[in-house]
Amino acid sequence: MEAFATALPALGDAWALILQPIVLGYLVLGVVTGLAVGVFPGLGGIAGLSLLLPFMFGMDPVLGLALMIGMVAVVPTSDTFASVLMGIPGSSASQATVLDGFPMAKKGEAARALSAAFTSSLFGGLVGAAFLTMFILVARPIVLAFGLPEMLMITILGLSMVAILAGRIPLKGLAAAGLGLMIGTIGEADAGGSLRMASYDIPYLTDGLKLVIVGLGIFAIPEIVSLLRQDRAIAKGASLGAGWMDGVKDWMANKWLSVRCSLIGVTVGIIPGLGGSVVDWIAYGHAVQSTPDKSNFGKGEVRGVIGPESSNNAKEGGGLVPTLLFGIPGSGSMAIFIGAVALLGSGDIEVGPAMLKDNLDITYSIVWLLALANVVGTLLCIAASGGIAKLTTIRFTYLAPFLFMLISFAAFQSGQNFEDLLALFVIGLIGIFLRRFDWSRPAFLIGFVLSNPVEKFTNQAFQIASFRFRKSFDAGIEYIFSPIVIVLIIVTVVSVVFGIRQAKTIMAEGDVQSGSKRAPVIFLLAIAAYLVVALVNANMIPDYNMTDKVIPLFVGGFSLVCCLILLTQMMRRREGDAIFADKEIAGEDADAPYGLWSTLAWFVGLIAGTAVVGFIIALLGFLIAFFRIRAQASWPKTLTLTAAGITLMCFMAGVLNRDFPPGLLQSAIDLPWPLGGN
Amino acid sequence: MTISKCARNAVAGAIASAALALPAAADVDFSGKTIEWVIPFSETGGSAKWANFFAPLLSEALPGEPTVVVKFMPGAGSTKGANWFQGQEHKDGTLLFGTSGSTQFPYLLSDPRVRYEYNDWNPVMASGTGGVAYLNAEDGAKFDGSANMLQDVDFIYGSQGATRLDLVPLLAWKMLGMNVEPVFGIKGRGDGRLMFERGEATIDYQTTSGYLGGSAALVEEGKAVPMMTWGALDAEGNVVRDPTFPDIPTFKEVCDATDGCDTSGVEWDAWKAFFVAGFPVQKLAFLPAGTPQDIVDAYTSAFLDVVARDDFADLSVKRVGKYKVFTGGSANAALGTATNVPDSAKAYVVNWLKEDYGVELK
Repeated sequence: MEAFATALPALGDAWALILQPIVLGYLVLGVVTGLAVGVFPGLGGIAGLSLLLPFMFGMDPVLGLALMIGMVAVVPTSDTFASVLMGIPGSSASQATVLDGFPMAKKGEAARALSAAFTSSLFGGLVGAAFLTMFILVARPIVLAFGLPEMLMITILGLSMVAILAGRIPLKGLAAAGLGLMIGTIGEADAGGSLRMASYDIPYLTDGLKLVIVGLGIFAIPEIVSLLRQDRAIAKGASLGAGWMDGVKDWMANKWLSVRCSLIGVTVGIIPGLGGSVVDWIAYGHAVQSTPDKSNFGKGEVRGVIGPESSNNAKEGGGLVPTLLFGIPGSGSMAIFIGAVALLGSGDIEVGPAMLKDNLDITYSIVWLLALANVVGTLLCIAASGGIAKLTTIRFTYLAPFLFMLISFAAFQSGQNFEDLLALFVIGLIGIFLRRFDWSRPAFLIGFVLSNPVEKFTNQAFQIASFRFRKSFDAGIEYIFSPIVIVLIIVTVVSVVFGIRQAKTIMAEGDVQSGSKRAPVIFLLAIAAYLVVALVNANMIPDYNMTDKVIPLFVGGFSLVCCLILLTQMMRRREGDAIFADKEIAGEDADAPYGLWSTLAWFVGLIAGTAVVGFIIALLGFLIAFFRIRAQASWPKTLTLTAAGITLMCFMAGVLNRDFPPGLLQSAIDLPWPLGGN
Repeated sequence: MTISKCARNAVAGAIASAALALPAAADVDFSGKTIEWVIPFSETGGSAKWANFFAPLLSEALPGEPTVVVKFMPGAGSTKGANWFQGQEHKDGTLLFGTSGSTQFPYLLSDPRVRYEYNDWNPVMASGTGGVAYLNAEDGAKFDGSANMLQDVDFIYGSQGATRLDLVPLLAWKMLGMNVEPVFGIKGRGDGRLMFERGEATIDYQTTSGYLGGSAALVEEGKAVPMMTWGALDAEGNVVRDPTFPDIPTFKEVCDATDGCDTSGVEWDAWKAFFVAGFPVQKLAFLPAGTPQDIVDAYTSAFLDVVARDDFADLSVKRVGKYKVFTGGSANAALGTATNVPDSAKAYVVNWLKEDYGVELK
């Protein structure tokens, strides 16, 4: 009770600090900046905060906090636009939203999906703040109770969502997740530094593939290419059905789901080291399991939007706990936030254990500024959603080139290498084929996202456990099977058992027709071949670096077994069986007026052009050629749209102080920015 | 020349030149220009914090008050960015590059991926930090100023990798005859501290700012016992007590008091060489090869002005820790101490990394 006696006055002080017109003004400024940055896929909070950093030095602490928090809070809100409207996961926070949000947009219900998502975000943000106000006083021992075995189990719980999202053929889902895990191990191992499927001659691969690139490649590229082939608007019939009020009503009808998912979000967010990567999948899994009729998931079920969106803003609040209490950033943007707080005012506020003792009022200001920013941001987004949803009625051929432009730019920002574009293309190809043959793309992405945590926590927990076992058997068992671990094991087992039963009804790719054996078998063989190569490669790592090879060997072996069983099934079953699902047989893709390769060639053209003349010049040529030839637009229209695209790109890069991918031309002669760059 | 002589000359030179050199830079003007300060790490690390702290101060101090922006080029633990910088030529003095211990160590160990040469670049500023090692309460009770009673205890330590800055603590503990098992793969020292707080790790070390910001509170609560600092260098290049922690003995003192630990010979030289490169001269700012002297001078005097600000001590303590800052000629000298390691010391470390951790640099 003593803690609460100090908390109440501090809470009052916090509100007195926040409720000043100038503070609110800075908050709104931050929110608007955050929305503008968050709308563009792949940039996220890090880019936005870096933009604000130069102004932080010596700034009045409350004003600086209002500005920064306004920005950080709304990025996971506004990135919903890209994931719902275009099927582009803007950040790791909005991957699960794509699964049902984008199909809703395709049904002409974009405004409904958006407003349901935003209302959920708002609510999640508020629940998170309310929860934190109490919890932050007692959080420290609870956070410390989550050791490596506990974190490993949460990661495995996240991984178990694969069971729900595996699709009609569970083995395919498992193999897809395994492939995702294996792709995630590419590069220098964290533990011993051994190389997996990489070489120092190709420095790009040694750092591994970035989540932005894999997310864009797996979800965005296949959808963009498919829509472009069909040459229609995103919303079928180019008309908008349900409006934004329906979304709010949807949320009202599902408010308890929203409460539960918000609590999931804030709880998982609190645990340092896990961050946002698992939380939206766990929330999505929960939404599926708690819905009686599961047949609409993957086809535009609004509960599939409400669940993850409630959790992802709540998670931002939870993420403040490790950041403020331990000085350990829960995410990349939080790391910059910590650095920036030190620049504020006279530098008196130090994020870390002293924060609660010395600056409880500031701590509460941060928590409630976050909540307030959510309110402001959400209202702005809901107000805009009706208008922005109209984008889905535009003929897609006019949108696609801009989307190619944006995702290329976003991919390049992740590593500042030309190879980023190549990686995007290769992962995009994998995504296209996974979609075509009805292999679960969400399963693949979950595998990729959790690859690094699974490997890291397994190795570290194993090492510490064996250290404890050497002391005594009891100490070891006590370490591995803590009460939290046992609870998590039960939850995981239950969710897997239920998940497998339900998986067949959830068809993330819709109802895919089956056809001949040849194409699906070739794809399966290609995956199996990659797995074999990766296995041989992992096996070549010397034994003293066991930590670097054990996970790739285990996961690769397991996935390969899945592939081999699939192969024998494919040999036995007749053509037309569900196992031979192929989107090119019948349906939207098969009936599309344009072919896959001729459509993809446009994207290849942009990349190849960039390799030669750099991004901006290549983009100029790409946009003009695309609008003239593919879209058959008039010259005035072509030139206007091209100019708009180039201007937007230069403006964004200019403000955020970013470069464009250079080509051979740039290495030969120095050109001024934006044509050249460094 | 032995390492201690080298360090001594360098530091003595540093102090001399800092006192004398105040170069004129009247004809350099950056008005309306934008200086890019490239950091070969991500936005989230300590080097980002360091550059973001200095950038606005530098902007005020340079002639013409140009905008200074910090840019990030992460990859391969900074090797990518450093290799890139090696290929840059002087244009108009608007490119500045920052390195850290993680850039110095692969260079010192002749990592084959290193294609950069420190001696080609023009250092204009260098700064350092200290480090403190500490034990949990149970084992801390056995610490009596020597490690004699810790030699039969098994320790566990959350580490970022044996070839990183963690090389310094790992080698120190080995020299003390302690049995420390590193758990590799953590992402920052903060994660290591958390592992220690959870009781999973039983020994830890933090840099000065990390210790003050987090671990000092643990010591107050009785959950941790400080063991030793890495120390600081005096004008002679000797290891002395860290001025931030005058009450905590240095590794040198603990080593002297511990049976079987020697503060001379190849092992000590190796430890000291990597300590110098990793701590007192941890971060350096460079202009590219071929930069004309007047521009180097302009930066030098700008950094001198920054350090000479009345409020600098105050600002820097709170924001980036109590770092010693070297400028101009002393930055050059600091670079010398940070990038010169006797071959015998290098060979010793390379062999130790291979035998104990299976790390082969090829």
